[in-house]
Amino acid sequence: MQSHTITLNINEEIHIVAVKAADTLLYTIRGKLGLTGAKPGCLNGDCGACTVNVDGWPMKSCLMLTVEAVGKKVTTIEGLRETPIQQAFVENFAFQCGYCTPGFIMNCHSLIQQHPDADDQTIKEWLESNICRCTSYIEIEKAVKSVLNKK
Amino acid sequence: MEVIGKSVIRKEAVDKVTGRAKYTHDYQKVPLLSGKMVISPYGHAKIVNIDTSEAWKVPGVRAILTGKQYPLTGEAIRDRPPIAFDKVRYHGEPVALVVADTPAQAKTAADLIKVQYELLPVVNSPTQAFQKNAPLVHERLGEYKKEADSHPVPDTNIATLIKIRKGNMAKGWAESETVVEASFSFAPSDHVAMETRCATAEISPDGNIIIMTSSQAPFMVKRLIADYFGEDMGKIIVRTPLVGGAYGGKAPVQLEVLAYMASKEVGGKPVKILNTREEDILTSPCHIGLDATVKLGANRSGKITVAEILYLWDGGAYSDKAIDVTRSGATDCTGPYNIENVWCDSYCMYTNHPYAAPFRGFSHSELSFAIERTMDLLAQKLNIDPLELRYINAIMPGNTTPTRVRLNKSNVGNLQKCIEKVRGLIKWDEGPVKVLNDRFIRVKGVSCSWKTSTIDTDAPSGVILTFNRDGSINLMSGVVEIGTGTKTILAQILAERLKMDVNKIHVRMEVDTQTTPEHWKTVASRGTFMGGRAVLKAAEDVIHQLKELAACVLRSPKEDLEIANSRVFLRDDPAIGLHFKEIGYGYKYPNGNTVGGQIIGRGSYILRHLTPLDPETGAGRPGPEWTVAAYGVEIEFDKRDYTYRLLKAATVVDIGRVMNEKAAVGQVMGAMSMGLSFAGRETFYFDELGRVLNPQLRTYRPLRYGENPEYLVGFVETPQIDGPYGARGVGEHGLLGMPGALGNALSTAAGVSLHNLPLIPELIWKAKEANK
Repeated sequence: MQSHTITLNINEEIHIVAVKAADTLLYTIRGKLGLTGAKPGCLNGDCGACTVNVDGWPMKSCLMLTVEAVGKKVTTIEGLRETPIQQAFVENFAFQCGYCTPGFIMNCHSLIQQHPDADDQTIKEWLESNICRCTSYIEIEKAVKSVLNKK
Repeated sequence: MEVIGKSVIRKEAVDKVTGRAKYTHDYQKVPLLSGKMVISPYGHAKIVNIDTSEAWKVPGVRAILTGKQYPLTGEAIRDRPPIAFDKVRYHGEPVALVVADTPAQAKTAADLIKVQYELLPVVNSPTQAFQKNAPLVHERLGEYKKEADSHPVPDTNIATLIKIRKGNMAKGWAESETVVEASFSFAPSDHVAMETRCATAEISPDGNIIIMTSSQAPFMVKRLIADYFGEDMGKIIVRTPLVGGAYGGKAPVQLEVLAYMASKEVGGKPVKILNTREEDILTSPCHIGLDATVKLGANRSGKITVAEILYLWDGGAYSDKAIDVTRSGATDCTGPYNIENVWCDSYCMYTNHPYAAPFRGFSHSELSFAIERTMDLLAQKLNIDPLELRYINAIMPGNTTPTRVRLNKSNVGNLQKCIEKVRGLIKWDEGPVKVLNDRFIRVKGVSCSWKTSTIDTDAPSGVILTFNRDGSINLMSGVVEIGTGTKTILAQILAERLKMDVNKIHVRMEVDTQTTPEHWKTVASRGTFMGGRAVLKAAEDVIHQLKELAACVLRSPKEDLEIANSRVFLRDDPAIGLHFKEIGYGYKYPNGNTVGGQIIGRGSYILRHLTPLDPETGAGRPGPEWTVAAYGVEIEFDKRDYTYRLLKAATVVDIGRVMNEKAAVGQVMGAMSMGLSFAGRETFYFDELGRVLNPQLRTYRPLRYGENPEYLVGFVETPQIDGPYGARGVGEHGLLGMPGALGNALSTAAGVSLHNLPLIPELIWKAKEANK
């Protein structure tokens, strides 16, 4: 399959990468850019471990082709710097093995930006798209609410 | 206690919230070939023909492994070809392995391999496997190499039988006035670690075999590959970075073997095999299923006098770790109750299902469902409060276990205290049923558990401590950080012992079998106990060396020296002393002369007094201590359509000593979550060909955010005297009682005795219909 050179805006940096039409965004950011924070968990949109932020919204990067990201602003977990939600995850023990954590944090981060006054129902609608197998979700709930309440 | 008990932030916390934490698949290098499996689409079939001609035409294909008899593998019985030969025994079994330059090429080629099968009759449950004329999963069972304590029966599907014969059954039945008997059954399911299993292997020209794997048992990988393939053990170097969830599923050795074989086939080049989610569910070992029959006899006051138990474990197509799970199930077969007369047959059965790995709790959540449901049936028949029945039969110091270990104040926790505490937590005395209206009721169910860890009698754990020039310490342990936070606990133990700031202790997260001392396997809630004991021993070693050197420099007897706050000083005049940074690398006199050198502490621990079980009676000491717990679950049940909502789940566990409060609560809550998910929704659905119909996370659906109940956690602290600071294991226990407690709540709510998992509305409906 033929490769094409495209320009991506990832974590506020411009990257020129050669991709195939069928390459997913997850494949490209991990394999070509070494941004391995986004994790493969199912490659089927079921688990949310690969969640990144595209133009302010959470996106499962296994469900998006790399070429679709042209002209958009992509933020990965590596692009977050000392945000309140990261600190809240640490303080609330909202992770154990840590594998689902980047995806959860990207989802929470987008939620906090889009719905700073999110109620329980909204939080549930957003966060039920990610699976955490280690925690009880209560820890994650506490973490996200501690940031929402501060706002 | 300065550090023990505090909610110290995990050592790898910042890495994990910034995306810097690396797991096996995150390590990339060029070149790195890709291995892709072709897997069996059937449960049981003869392989008639394999055609690889089209696959070879795909550019980038470097090797195809298939159609050859490779050395048999398996931990307890060597019954498993790493790549199926002659026939397939489960849906998902590897039939061929393609090695190519890229994952896409490997996948393209794998899809072009044509395998012709001839269907064979399928063994679709352990009960069917147990029937006289059942089809055989292994025709040559008698010819396999095996461990001494595996007892396969040739010409049957029995991989092993563990017998418990304790007391006098005739006497037990004679003393009983009320008898209940019930059977239970559930199919295998999955661990669903979010990180699918992954392994890479390469062989350097000097013969070093370098493996990286997401494993709970890197040291076992080293041993087994040496053993299976006659390799030099010292040349096998296994690296395990952080592991993205394991729960027992990453204790077996599987992909590592395939990666090694693949690399060998391409001249030692590095090859990576990464499971897709579907392969992780189907091909790699799963969570064991069980068919059980439990018969209990009790006298009028509720004292249980006798238990007769049959466990048929669904080991699947290959025995591997299921043999040990079967043994563990026999060891604690009665649940945490004092019963004088016990008969148990625990069979590991071969079936045409995916083969079983350990699952968090190692047989105990499974057998607890059968035992705890039967306890409720007994309470009902005796007309005794179910929690009271458990209280009066609770195991205690002075009692003996089914394998005849005499319990004492140290090796068993206080179950009655756990029961009393859970009674308060779930407000049991307000009654188990609360009617909201015609349609909805709120119902509570309870259960108890115990668990010892049946691990190898010679299982070791080691720790090395090295000093840095600034006086800080590096801690190296073979415990794998699978998410439990054990390595942070080890740092807390060291900080407590040396009375120093835990932030001055640096923990190496990765394990490398060449340079990290061995910790047998990171399983069985044994990391804190065994690793902790090794840390304490290494700390003693360091203290001895520090004092020896300081005694010389300070011109003082060693006995007058004290250690705290990274200093060695005179007990009676603390101002006179030396900071670790002045002696951690030897002491340098003003004229440049130096004495001593870098201080390196070492400590190792091995469990004591463990024995195998007697093959006829089961007598023996299989594990060091029994952790006990009591549980409650409250649900809101809709009588119209049998759906329900989880309201509350509670666990009170005798943890010995809380080492890190938030971490401990997190372990227990997370385990409850997994237990409720297993009990309430998780199972493999098999068709008549033994195919798993739901190998994806949208059809196999674990609990998600918002579906969880409120969690209540309580601790009792009865110290295990030989544990570090009295601590007992806690990683598994929150899970063990969930299936029983949920099953009991739903049985009460629906007014029908439920005997299967998962507890979905359809199951309840079927039970109700069958009862009409």
